[in-house]
Amino acid sequence: MGSRASTLLREEEIEEIKKETGFSHSQITRLYSRFTSLDKGENGTLSREDFQRIPELAINPLGDRIINAFFPEGEDQVNFRGFMRTLAHFRPIEDNEKNKNSSASEPLNSRTNKLLFAFRLYDLDRDDKISRDELLQVLRMMVGVNISDEQLGSIADRTIQEADTNGDNSISFNEFIKVPPVDGEQDY
Amino acid sequence: MAAMRRLALFVCVLLLVSGSPGLASETSDTEDNSPSSDDHGTSSDDHEISSNSTHNTTGDTGQEDSGHGDGHEGGPITTLPIVSWKWHHVTTPYLVAIWILVAWMCKLVIEANHHVTSVIPESALLICVGFLFGGIIWGADQKQTFSLTPTVFFFYLLPQIILDAGYFMPNKLFFSNLGGILIHAVIGTCWNAASVGLSLWGCHQGGAMGDIDIGLLQYLLFGSLIAAVDPVAVIAVFEEVHVNEVLFIMVFGESLLNDGVTVVLFNVFDAFVSLGGEKINAVEIIKGIISFFVVAFGGSLVGFVFGLLISLLTRCTKNIQIIEAGFIFVLGYLSYLTAEMLSLSAILSIAFCGICCQKYINANMDEKSVITVKYVMKVFANGSETIIFLFLGISAIDKTIWVWNTGFILLTVFFVFVYRCIGVFFLTWIQNKFRLVPLEVMDRIIMSYGGLRGAVAYGLAMMLDENKIKEKNLMIGTTLIVVYFTVILQGITMKPLVTWLKVKRASANEITLIEKVQNKVFDHMLVAIEDISGQIGHNYMRDKWKHFEEKWMSWFLMKPSARKKHDLVFDVFHQLNLKDAMNYVAEGERRGSLEFIRNETAFIDFKKKFADEYSEAMPDITVDMSDSYAAHSSMRRDTVPSISLELHDQNTNGLRETEDINTHHLLQQHLYKGRKQHRHKYSRSHFTVNQDENEVQEIFQRTMRTRLESFKSTKMGVAPPKTITKHPKKDQQQKMPNGKSTDNGKYCHCDDDDFEFSGDDGASGYDPSAGSFPMRVTYRPGAGIENPVFMPDLDPMAPMQIPPWLAEAELDSSTVALSQRAQTGLPWTPSNLQRLAPLRISTRSTDSFMMADVPASQRQDEHLPPPPPPPPPSDDDRGHL
Repeated sequence: MGSRASTLLREEEIEEIKKETGFSHSQITRLYSRFTSLDKGENGTLSREDFQRIPELAINPLGDRIINAFFPEGEDQVNFRGFMRTLAHFRPIEDNEKNKNSSASEPLNSRTNKLLFAFRLYDLDRDDKISRDELLQVLRMMVGVNISDEQLGSIADRTIQEADTNGDNSISFNEFIKVPPVDGEQDY
Repeated sequence: MAAMRRLALFVCVLLLVSGSPGLASETSDTEDNSPSSDDHGTSSDDHEISSNSTHNTTGDTGQEDSGHGDGHEGGPITTLPIVSWKWHHVTTPYLVAIWILVAWMCKLVIEANHHVTSVIPESALLICVGFLFGGIIWGADQKQTFSLTPTVFFFYLLPQIILDAGYFMPNKLFFSNLGGILIHAVIGTCWNAASVGLSLWGCHQGGAMGDIDIGLLQYLLFGSLIAAVDPVAVIAVFEEVHVNEVLFIMVFGESLLNDGVTVVLFNVFDAFVSLGGEKINAVEIIKGIISFFVVAFGGSLVGFVFGLLISLLTRCTKNIQIIEAGFIFVLGYLSYLTAEMLSLSAILSIAFCGICCQKYINANMDEKSVITVKYVMKVFANGSETIIFLFLGISAIDKTIWVWNTGFILLTVFFVFVYRCIGVFFLTWIQNKFRLVPLEVMDRIIMSYGGLRGAVAYGLAMMLDENKIKEKNLMIGTTLIVVYFTVILQGITMKPLVTWLKVKRASANEITLIEKVQNKVFDHMLVAIEDISGQIGHNYMRDKWKHFEEKWMSWFLMKPSARKKHDLVFDVFHQLNLKDAMNYVAEGERRGSLEFIRNETAFIDFKKKFADEYSEAMPDITVDMSDSYAAHSSMRRDTVPSISLELHDQNTNGLRETEDINTHHLLQQHLYKGRKQHRHKYSRSHFTVNQDENEVQEIFQRTMRTRLESFKSTKMGVAPPKTITKHPKKDQQQKMPNGKSTDNGKYCHCDDDDFEFSGDDGASGYDPSAGSFPMRVTYRPGAGIENPVFMPDLDPMAPMQIPPWLAEAELDSSTVALSQRAQTGLPWTPSNLQRLAPLRISTRSTDSFMMADVPASQRQDEHLPPPPPPPPPSDDDRGHL
């Protein structure tokens, strides 16, 4: 499987992806084989349906949000480059990268970008603010039916209160990244 | 300071006075091994601590009877003694109690001197105090009468400490670092044991120790007992240092698990020593390795089973809440003893027992019991920790155990220290290849430096068989030296070292909601990404476990009600609110307005309690209950506005303005919550209802404030006709009690102008009906019962749709309503207004049109005598409806 997949992937393409995302060669080929196995239409792109076919995502409360994160605005297909670009957010930060000064363009897996990814999960209208409603929607997805709306509402209020430093009743990205992420930097 | 010294001295004197007669007359056979009378029942779980240090008093030197003639078993009595001196009667338990008291007094004295404990850890100070006591006893007796025996230590002092550690183990942290912990606990300990043993043997062969009679196997035995890091010592020292949590869990988890490993190693080598060197062949060694795994995993399994047992038991202890906390201790202790009986690892057993059951019992038990468990656990653990350290000190002052061999002792201390460092550095180096967040050099230094030895090693050393090991006393002495070296020296230097190396400290982290939410989002996100990228990783496993756990374990082990309540975000929210409320109350007390604040706290308690009772009694909720509740809530109504008034007053001159408003706001929310919570609890089993409930509730919430009046009427006015037309009689019968409770609640608040609380009361009426039976689902959402505005046309029709028998029923309920009103003595609208009511305000008030149907005379009759208390929703009512 892996060898077949890598034959479909041109070497120079791998190089570019490697440069852009920082994945290693073997990681890229492995993910490419995953990509092709997800790609039921075999047209080199993934549609929302392709993602939705993953059974585990169906039971993930944030599954749909995360699927959406793979698609650039307004599109409903994602190619392998885009796929990898999104996944690159989850590559762990390595030691040598940490010490590198950030004069170069920030890598996709920097802390800020990881957080930005998470932030975008909330921020549906892309106004760089998490409003109470947006927060409420996410909360509703996560808590299930156990909590009533008014309770959830007060949770949302309180949450915003905690994070909101400038008093605009919403969480901006700057406020968002001040929240200490406990395991925001874990994957693989 | 000086006062403290004096106090300490006084304690010593007290001890001597009470102890010496006992020592003088103590016999070796006064102590039978049965944990006898428990005279200091500090808790429900007596037997654990009562016999706690029974045998501290025994000493190991079998003393000859010193003839005591003053006893009660003297010759035939000639006259009736009024009082008699019966010291022998109480000797053992009395000494036990005295020693416990003394040990705790020492802790008291030590803890009072903060500037000392900030430099020297408490454990080290306790050992030093132990030296002092030991010296006094030695001075008085010329022998060491009191010492820590293995039996006492392993049976009565250690279990509660380990149980405590397991019970308070931060599970997520522990299991996510389990790999690393296990590597250190298993491989690290084996390495320590082997390397120390072999090196000592090597030095012995090289002639560094002079002439002592210890063979290779005995060295290995010694190495194995000295290898383990001691949880008691580690907790005592690390708790004061506050290193970061990963580091802490690595050291602590290791110390906890490697105790099991050491005991196993010790037993294996002990058996080898008994067998003798020539009988050991490959088969025996393989057997040893197998037994190692069997003992370790078997012990964990026993603990797991007992953990499940506890969880199951606490599921059904609702009726004996007063002792349900005791089950944890008894069963925990039993798991220890069971494992010991099966010669499995008892320490692992009780640790895993605590780890497994914590989540479920916390959810199952009453809040008070949970707190009880926590405190009692701490009392036991802390208490026996104190006793252990004190006796470690006392035991040292005994000439008989000191066989000095400079080479052996110094080399042991040296090897223990060095090999610990080597082991830690090597193992973390390997681990760092796999760890996402590598352990830094600083962490490694602290880990190796934190290898404190403690009472477990000493206990094992005391268990050595003198017949097999000639140099037992040398080993005990050396073990003690190692313990002192690590606990005192390393303990004292640990803190400066941590500061000096700038090891990441634990951040004093407040649980914040956003953090919690964020963590959950991240969890979900990572799992999703793993799914997408097709990689099965740690998160995947955790997610699978969580699913399994939620689906099966929780179902099996938790009360249904507890299951519903369990939501992390919500828990945090609840905690925060509770904290706020408490802060607020404290603040109020500080400012001197004690009176109403006290009421407020009382009320919070009451509310909580009530919510519990309420939810349990829900299916057959009585009018009486809601009545008394209503009375209380009207009281509350009074208090809260006064709070807000007061707050606003303060605001005018306070900087904390927004903060106070927030707290006030939150406090109010908190007050609501008891109710809301029980709604979830109660409706737990009806998942389909909940969906609708949320919808309905949204509407409900929106309209509640503006249309409270009409809300009241709809309960009675709209729902019954609709149900009549659509549903069989059964539904209504069930509905009636609910409707009634609403009614009562609301009548008591007829003049309630604080709309927030009337809203709340409305909600209370709403609760039972919302979740009470699934059948309602069919008509609720569509009917919009809670939102009368959507059906203004329907309401005027309602009275006409009521069949005669139903009208009768309503009449019945209206009398109840009246009686309620009469009881609370609220003003009532003039009757001529009521005649208009069906036309004018039919949508607004149920009672008004019902009143209209009732003949005026009857109504007046009812006004006059104070009616009997309203009947509970009896069969009578149901018969009508």
